[in-house]
Amino acid sequence: MHRTGELFGQFKTLDQQKETATLGMWIFLVTEILFFGGLFLTYSINRHEFPTAFGVGGNMLSLPLGFANTIVLIASSFTMAMSVWSAQTSNKKLVPLFLILTLALGTVFLGVKVVEYKQKFDHHLIPGHSFDITYCSRNPEACQLEGKDLADEVKEIKEGIEAEGSVVALNAHAQLYFSLYFGMTGLHALHMIVGAGLLLYLILEARKGRFDANYNTPVENIGLYWHFVDIVWIFLFPLLYLINRHLA
Amino acid sequence: MSGTPTPGSGEHQLPREHYLNATYGIRSWLLTTDHKRIALLYLASVTFFFFIGGIFATLIRIHLLTPDGLLVTPETYNKLFTMHGVAMIFFFLIPSIPAVLGNFLIPIMIGAKDLAFPKINLLSWYIYLVGGCFVLYSFATGGLDTGWTFYTPLSSIYSNSAVTPAVIGIFINGFSSILTGLNFLVTVHTMRAPGMTWFRLPLFVWAHYATSLIMVLGTPVIAITLLLAGLERMFHFGFFNPAYGGDPILFQHLFWFYSHPAVYIMILPAMGVISEIIPTFVRKPIFGYSFIAASSIGIAVIGFIVWAHHMFLTGEATYAAIAFSFLSYLVAIPSAVKVFNWTSTLYKGSVSYDTPMLYALGFIGLFTIGGLTGLFLACLGLDIHLHDTYFVIAHFHYIMVGGAVMGYVGGLHFWWPKITGRLYPEFLARAAAIILFIGFNLTFFPQFILGGLGMPRRYHNYPPEFQVLNVMSTAGASILALGYLLPMLYLTWSMRYGKIAGPNPWPATGLEWKTDSPPLTENFHETPVVDWEPYDFVHRPDLGLKGAKAPGKLAPAHGDD
Repeated sequence: MHRTGELFGQFKTLDQQKETATLGMWIFLVTEILFFGGLFLTYSINRHEFPTAFGVGGNMLSLPLGFANTIVLIASSFTMAMSVWSAQTSNKKLVPLFLILTLALGTVFLGVKVVEYKQKFDHHLIPGHSFDITYCSRNPEACQLEGKDLADEVKEIKEGIEAEGSVVALNAHAQLYFSLYFGMTGLHALHMIVGAGLLLYLILEARKGRFDANYNTPVENIGLYWHFVDIVWIFLFPLLYLINRHLA
Repeated sequence: MSGTPTPGSGEHQLPREHYLNATYGIRSWLLTTDHKRIALLYLASVTFFFFIGGIFATLIRIHLLTPDGLLVTPETYNKLFTMHGVAMIFFFLIPSIPAVLGNFLIPIMIGAKDLAFPKINLLSWYIYLVGGCFVLYSFATGGLDTGWTFYTPLSSIYSNSAVTPAVIGIFINGFSSILTGLNFLVTVHTMRAPGMTWFRLPLFVWAHYATSLIMVLGTPVIAITLLLAGLERMFHFGFFNPAYGGDPILFQHLFWFYSHPAVYIMILPAMGVISEIIPTFVRKPIFGYSFIAASSIGIAVIGFIVWAHHMFLTGEATYAAIAFSFLSYLVAIPSAVKVFNWTSTLYKGSVSYDTPMLYALGFIGLFTIGGLTGLFLACLGLDIHLHDTYFVIAHFHYIMVGGAVMGYVGGLHFWWPKITGRLYPEFLARAAAIILFIGFNLTFFPQFILGGLGMPRRYHNYPPEFQVLNVMSTAGASILALGYLLPMLYLTWSMRYGKIAGPNPWPATGLEWKTDSPPLTENFHETPVVDWEPYDFVHRPDLGLKGAKAPGKLAPAHGDD
């Protein structure tokens, strides 16, 4: 890519160049909001339509893993902000350090997501022909469910069937929930992967000492992107994991 | 006109160096970041898709010559009108004016060397090509029969045609549109030359600013919508599938949330073109500059809150329908502001009927018909009768072909001397403009009547009493085809053999006419400073018009804030 603070031909000043890049990133983030917006709308309408089935679906997610991931992402936003600050204050050694930390936290998030997806796969919660919301309540040993957890799950499914009218209806509407779960978290994870690629590029550049108080536009703009992706998760987590969650 | 060199009289010569001869070879085009060259790449590719869409249109019109259908099976007919719509809307109309004329002109009009993000500009062309390839693949391997609207559950479950590659192609192509819009928005904000204040921007730029807002805010929604429909088709996700409790109507809402504003992506840039052409050939400042500028933004904003008027017959709530009907009527206000201002500009002007002006005048009439018939359809009671009839077809072809395409072809003629440095043959061009106008009206006016009589759209056959009007329509389409072929031929011819145009053949007032034709790669020899108001012919002695005054009274140029 380009060298430190190089002025591209179409610009007159570095300030103009920086303003342009930052405005471009903000507008891009607006498009991202609308992109996710379609999914959030679909989610809201269906949640309103099928509150019980969505509650049953939401309670099948792993709250500890989701909560841990939320903490991880918030921490990564902090380290990202620190790397921007380090660049702005010309702390050339700290920039790559914080970027590496951010990338590490992002990777942890994705790793946990893989574990969660695998679990859903094992529990027959992937939308499609083998989707079965009652699988774990009927095969507790396969899902390692026992004691109170199992009783809760059985009760939950029973109430769900009563509210939805039939097991077929519950299964269909819970499948809709999981379609949205995978659609939303999948799209989010895709953005995390893109973000990880961008961080990798930043780390390589930062190790060469490219970013300082005079020139830090890439760090700032990729930082904006990273924060945006975090904020999406801040909305996803309560919507998908927390609504209808019973306090034990 | 005394004082200016007569266009093409041999007094002009092509500049020694310009963007076309700055570098040579296929790589210099495929890897270019020059907005003018990218505009030409787009010109070639949208023309290609226009041909594809045109072939489908031709087949449709030939098929409808007889009541039982002349040419193809009903299944194939479904595919023809679907592929016509997809090729024309997503790959011709939406990119046509912004990506060709907008790309070429916006940086020059605001006095910049290039767009804000030249590499992203090139990227958007490649994204367009990749999306186009997917769609062509779909056309070639089974075609597409869902209608260009991809309504679920037909598209997501039942259709046996190649929906998946088409949806992927349109999804990808959307990002080309988003990036173009983003590039324009940022460019207009940060790249203006000294003295080029917001209210000195050409109205073409204002129109593209409004268009870009729609591209940036609307396109992501169609992207996610088609992605969801695609997931449903490929992986049995149930977002829009009633079997899982999903809602097919939700798809329609999301689809039209983009696709209605997309109509304004097609028409607003054409309005921008018309706003440039009219003052030039009337020799008067445009009437109501700030109103025309604001009405572009108004159309973009209101355009986002009218989408459900496409769904009056889906059983949506009565009060919702009333609200959307009312909001749809509101769009008529900024549209009428434009039409009245253009017409007022003509008043007591020195009108010359050069080719671009013929297109502009044609545009005003055809757009007015298209716009007013839109009000018929926004009317709840009337829409029950007219919904899904040829009346709708005629209405939106008056907007899209009579409006957007006329604007595009008119704009191509207007800026052709700037793009190529050469003039097109005026007589042939005027003839083509008139042929187009006649052919267009003969094609689509009978369809208003057919629709009023109740002929439904998307049917492969019709009752015998409709034949006369259908034959008229097909005859008109043949004339229309001739009208499109002519410019393709003589414009291509003129690239090599046309008379040399000189920097400002009309003359017109915009910054783009102050530089060479064709311009340098950097657009200007030195950064221009704007110290005149837009469309001012009087205080511009450099235009060489009679009665010009020195620009004494004008505010001095000031730096951009």
